[in-house]
Amino acid sequence: MVPVIETESLSRFFGPIRAVDGLTFQVYEGEVFGLLGPNGAGKTTTVRLLNGVLRPSGGQARVLGLDPAREGGRLRQQTGVLTETLSLYERLTARENLALFGALYGIPEMELARRVARMLEEFGLADRADGRVGEFSKGMKQRLALARALLHEPPLLFLDEPTAGLDPEAARQVTEMIGQLSRREGRTVFLCTHNLTEAQRLCDRVAVMDRGRLLALGTLEELSRTFWPGLPVEIGLGAPLTDAAVGALRRLPGVRDVQHEDLWLTVSVTDENMVPAVVETLVREGARILHVVPRQPSLEEIYFAIRGDQAS
Amino acid sequence: MNGRTLRTLAVKDLKEVQQNRAAWIPALVVPLIFMVVLPLGIILAPNLMQSMSPLMAPSGPVGMMRERIPALAAELAGLDERQAWVVLMTGYFFAPFILIFPLMFSTIVASESFAGERERKTIEALLYTPASDGELFLGKMLAAFVPAVALTWVSFLVYGVVVNGAGWPVMGRVWFPPVSWWPLMLWVAPAVAALGVAATVLISTRARTFMEAYQMSASLVVLVLALVAGQITGVLYLSPPVALAVGLVLWLIDGVLIRLGVRTFRREALLISGRG
Repeated sequence: MVPVIETESLSRFFGPIRAVDGLTFQVYEGEVFGLLGPNGAGKTTTVRLLNGVLRPSGGQARVLGLDPAREGGRLRQQTGVLTETLSLYERLTARENLALFGALYGIPEMELARRVARMLEEFGLADRADGRVGEFSKGMKQRLALARALLHEPPLLFLDEPTAGLDPEAARQVTEMIGQLSRREGRTVFLCTHNLTEAQRLCDRVAVMDRGRLLALGTLEELSRTFWPGLPVEIGLGAPLTDAAVGALRRLPGVRDVQHEDLWLTVSVTDENMVPAVVETLVREGARILHVVPRQPSLEEIYFAIRGDQAS
Repeated sequence: MNGRTLRTLAVKDLKEVQQNRAAWIPALVVPLIFMVVLPLGIILAPNLMQSMSPLMAPSGPVGMMRERIPALAAELAGLDERQAWVVLMTGYFFAPFILIFPLMFSTIVASESFAGERERKTIEALLYTPASDGELFLGKMLAAFVPAVALTWVSFLVYGVVVNGAGWPVMGRVWFPPVSWWPLMLWVAPAVAALGVAATVLISTRARTFMEAYQMSASLVVLVLALVAGQITGVLYLSPPVALAVGLVLWLIDGVLIRLGVRTFRREALLISGRG
C-alpha cells in the first residue's frame, strides 16, 4: 500500500489553543479515509495543514511526496478541496465559477470550456450553467463545489463536511458521487465529517479526533475489536423468556452481557463461535426462537464508545 | 509569476465588483458631482453676480493667488476677469481634487477583493488553488489598479468636455487641459492609484469586512487633501516639475509597499486574522 499522506506529530497552535496536537497517521492510495470528530475537533485545520494553506507549529507532513509547508503550490495542483463553506462566487454563474478555478488550476485554455461543460453535465447542472449561483439550491451549490474540486482531475480529494445542511435526497446523491469517485475512478478521498452513517457507508478506515488529538484510527472491524469488545447477537422470540433461561445464558462462558426486553434478546458474546452455544441453551430452556442475527456494531456505537472511553 | 493566473484573478474581481452596486455607485456619483456639477456651477456662477471685482481685486482670492504664485500670474496674464476666474478655478483649484478619484476607485475595488471575499466566505477556495501568495497579492492589486486609472482618465476626459463646453462662451477656444494637468494625470494619478491599492490590500488582510477595510484605507485621502490645501493656499503649486517630484515620491512609496506586500503576504493571514 502506497501512502499518499503521512504525518508525524503534526501540530498547529493558535496562541493557547491547540487546534491540531501531534497527529501521526497515514492515508493510502485509493482509500476513502474518514476523519471524524465533533465541531472544533481540528478537522478543518488538519485539511488546511495538509494543503499548505496553514503552516504547522510543529511536526511534519508529506502529501503526494511533497512538503505542504514548502511546496504548497505544486501540491495544491494535485489536490481538490471541497470546503465546508463551499466558497462559491454567488454573483457569478456556474460556468464562470468553474472556468475561473480551471484557469487557476492551469487547465489549458483550449480545453477549459470543454472540461467545464463536461463537469456541468456530469453533475446535473448543464441546464443552469449560465444561471447565477446565488439563485441555486443548497444541493446544487454542493454539486457545483464538488465539480470545482474535481475539475483539474486531482488524484487526492479533501471533502470537508460534504453533506452538511443538505436534505436527505441531496445528501444521498452527494454520498453516491463520492463513492463512485473512489470505487470507479480510484481517487484517494480524505473525508471530514460528523455524519457517522455517511462515514460508515463510504470509509475504508476512519480516524476519530477531538480537541486536536487523534483518539483512534483503523478499519471498522479494528475499532470494533478495540473499543467494542464482544459481538452483539440479536434474537427475536415467539414467546416471553423465563428468568431461568436468562440465568442459564448469563452463566454460559463467553457471554459478556444479556439484555432482555419483551420478545427481544440481545446477547453480547466474545465472538461468533459462541452463537451455536447460545441457541442451544435457549432451545434447551424451551425458548421459541424466531430469528438470530449476529450484528456488527455501527460506527456510531463505536464512535461514542471511543469518545466515552476518552472521557473516562 | 504566472500571467494567466494574475489576469484570471483580476478579471474575476472586476466581475464581482461590477455585480456589487454598493461598491460602484459611489464610484459614479462622486465623479459626477466633482467633474460635472461643480465645474458647471463655477463656470456659470459669474452670470448670477453683478460684479466680479471683489473676487479679482488684489485683496480678493484671485488677486491673492496671483500675488503668491508668480507662475500662475503668468498663466492668467492677458485674460479678462471672467476668463481668469474660469482658468483659476477649473484649471488650477480643481487639479488636485481629481487625485481623489484614483484613490477612491482603487480602495473600493481593493477592499472588496480581500476583506469583501472573506466577509462572503469565498476566500478559502481561492487559497486552496496553486496560485502563489505573491500571485494572489499582485492579482488583487491589478484588479484594482487598472480600473482605478482607467476611470480616472475617463473622469478627466468628461471634465475636459464639461469645462471646454461650458467655458466656450467665456474663453472662445479649447483651453483645457493646461500643461500642468498632464503630469498629474499620466504620472501622479497612477501613483496615487497604486498607493491606494497596495495599502488597501495590506489593510484588507487584517480587516474583517469590506466596509472596515474601505474605511481604514479611506484615511489615505488625507494625503490628497494635503495637496489640495497646498494648492489652494499657494504653498504647493502643482506645476509640472513639482508634480513630477510628488509622483516620484509616491512611486517610491508604492514600490516599498508592493515589495513589502509580495514578500510578507501569506495566505494563512487571511484565515487567521479572520478568526472570530
